[in-house]
Amino acid sequence: MKLAEDSFLADEFLRQLINVGEVDILVGLATHNNARTIGPIVHAIQDGLLRWFPRERAVIVNADGGSRDGTPQLVTGVSIDDVRAASNLHALRTLHSVSTRYAGSPASGVAMRNVLAAAELLHAKACVMISPESVNIEPQWLSKLLGPISRDGFDLVTPTYRRHKFEGLLITNLVYPMTRALYGLRIREPYSPEFAFSGRLATQFLGQGHWNEGTGDVGVELRLTLAAITGKYRVCQSLLGEKTHVERHAADLVPALRKTVGTLFSSLGADFPVWSAVTASERVPTTGADAEVLLEPLRINRKRMREMFLTGVSELVSVFQSILSPSTFAELQRIASLEEEEFRYPAELWVKTVYEFAASYQKSVISRDHIIQALAPLFRGRVFTFLIENRSSSASDVENNIEDLCLEFERLKPYLLQMWSTRE
Amino acid sequence: MREMIISELSQAMHEIARGFAHFLPRLLVMLILAVVGWLVAWLVKLVLRIILRLVKFDKLSENAGASQLLTKAALPSATEMLSRFVFWVTWLGFVLLGVSVLGILGLQEQIAAFFLFLPRLFVATFIMVLGLLSASFFSRAALLAAVNANVPSPRLLGLAVRSIIIVFVLSVFFEELGLAEQTMLVAFGIAFGAAMFGLAIAFGMGGRDLARSFLERKFVRSKKEENDEEPSPL
Repeated sequence: MKLAEDSFLADEFLRQLINVGEVDILVGLATHNNARTIGPIVHAIQDGLLRWFPRERAVIVNADGGSRDGTPQLVTGVSIDDVRAASNLHALRTLHSVSTRYAGSPASGVAMRNVLAAAELLHAKACVMISPESVNIEPQWLSKLLGPISRDGFDLVTPTYRRHKFEGLLITNLVYPMTRALYGLRIREPYSPEFAFSGRLATQFLGQGHWNEGTGDVGVELRLTLAAITGKYRVCQSLLGEKTHVERHAADLVPALRKTVGTLFSSLGADFPVWSAVTASERVPTTGADAEVLLEPLRINRKRMREMFLTGVSELVSVFQSILSPSTFAELQRIASLEEEEFRYPAELWVKTVYEFAASYQKSVISRDHIIQALAPLFRGRVFTFLIENRSSSASDVENNIEDLCLEFERLKPYLLQMWSTRE
Repeated sequence: MREMIISELSQAMHEIARGFAHFLPRLLVMLILAVVGWLVAWLVKLVLRIILRLVKFDKLSENAGASQLLTKAALPSATEMLSRFVFWVTWLGFVLLGVSVLGILGLQEQIAAFFLFLPRLFVATFIMVLGLLSASFFSRAALLAAVNANVPSPRLLGLAVRSIIIVFVLSVFFEELGLAEQTMLVAFGIAFGAAMFGLAIAFGMGGRDLARSFLERKFVRSKKEENDEEPSPL
């Protein structure tokens, strides 16, 4: 057994892993104070493993960020006998559960690094990360995520979800279309808390040099997706089902931007030779639908979103003058002066805005974190328009609108290349 | 008598000639030092200008808000200003070195004081540049945080952060230079105290409603209501 990355894995964790021995499947759980939700999730994981992979050697690896509510004990203490009794299932192999508390503050990147190192150490053939907040997890998720890897030889399985048309707007309005336009693969959820990957992708990703650059702790999920694309690994998607949120926080926008857009922008520099050569996008093999849209009413304060856009445009003049071209900023000021009924943030202007932000991020015209923060009020303006345009749209209309936005991102890609090479 | 006068005159002439003979080589050295100093200073300026352009110092200065001040005062760019400053300091150093070679009594101490002052001048300039950059960074950080948290008057908050940092940097700058330390200390104390007192009165008297609405918005509104306002971005 190869003692990979033994410099950062805790001794006790290494001892646990050595006791486990080699495995076929590794389930990663990155936790921090998730006692409220973790029990049923571990049950679902055990159920899924017993049901779909009874002959495989499996381990649940919990990387904890210092929970004070006993989360690690709950992960390792959940008895598989309950699952056996409830579902009348029997495993042919022992199912191990190990837990480690990594040093430092809670960070998904650090947790992921521990899981990847464990996967390499245990020679895991297939690994899956499960969010400790996925309260609606079904045992089938294990099959849907791990099946394409162990059965069909894929290297990365990203999920698609059934969710409300107004949820995940950062993904549908920026991350998905931009990743698709730049990297050429139509991966609907390039940043997701649930995904599966092969052992060889884990080893390759673990060996990349970004872990010690200070950016490795944030957005590691998206970074893995991009690494799979640029490394020409086999990628597919799998429809998991409904995605629910434990809680919704309006204030989560800036951290979400850092994790997704910040990661995407920071990857563009190193990946330039790859994405600059891509001219079109292609579908990836998908089990189930690409995505399913729910339409039930959702209470959203649209007025507040437009107000925050207007505040941003009027208060952040000096910041936007550093980031945006004069014509784009003038256009933003023009739409900001429109009445609420007439206000629209058109797709073309939104795409140009995002591309100019990406180019400015690359040139570090101001602090990169400030560039990401400055995008928040503009994103809210775009969301306002998306909400208005899709207020009474059917599921297919919403999908068509997202597709149109994706095509706009692809059409304007030469504009990004131009900004990339010329912007001072 | 006549011979005595002639002898005194010729002795005086000899002394003047000796004095000139003693002084002229030193003057020549001083002139050579001045010319060499000019050449060295010009080279230093050239190299510094290239380095500053390479590291995009003008962009930094623009971000720090220093460029705007220079433009308003009809002064050249920050790169040009710093290059010229280093040129003059370097050349002046050589000239003063030359003057010290002349051996003029009374000037020696002043020249020594100037050379002792130079490190402090550079440290003070460094503090000023760093302070302006910090003021710009933190004021922008405050502005962005305020805009994204929907706090009222975000630009005022950013301006306040910038002003406080600049006032603090100025006081450290003058203290480092040793210029009117007591006056600066007292002026800083009075200005800072007055600003804080003024703000306290303004918030207390004029901002009661604002404070109430802010606190209500922050703590009284239910979590559900807050969450209903914006869909999850991810």
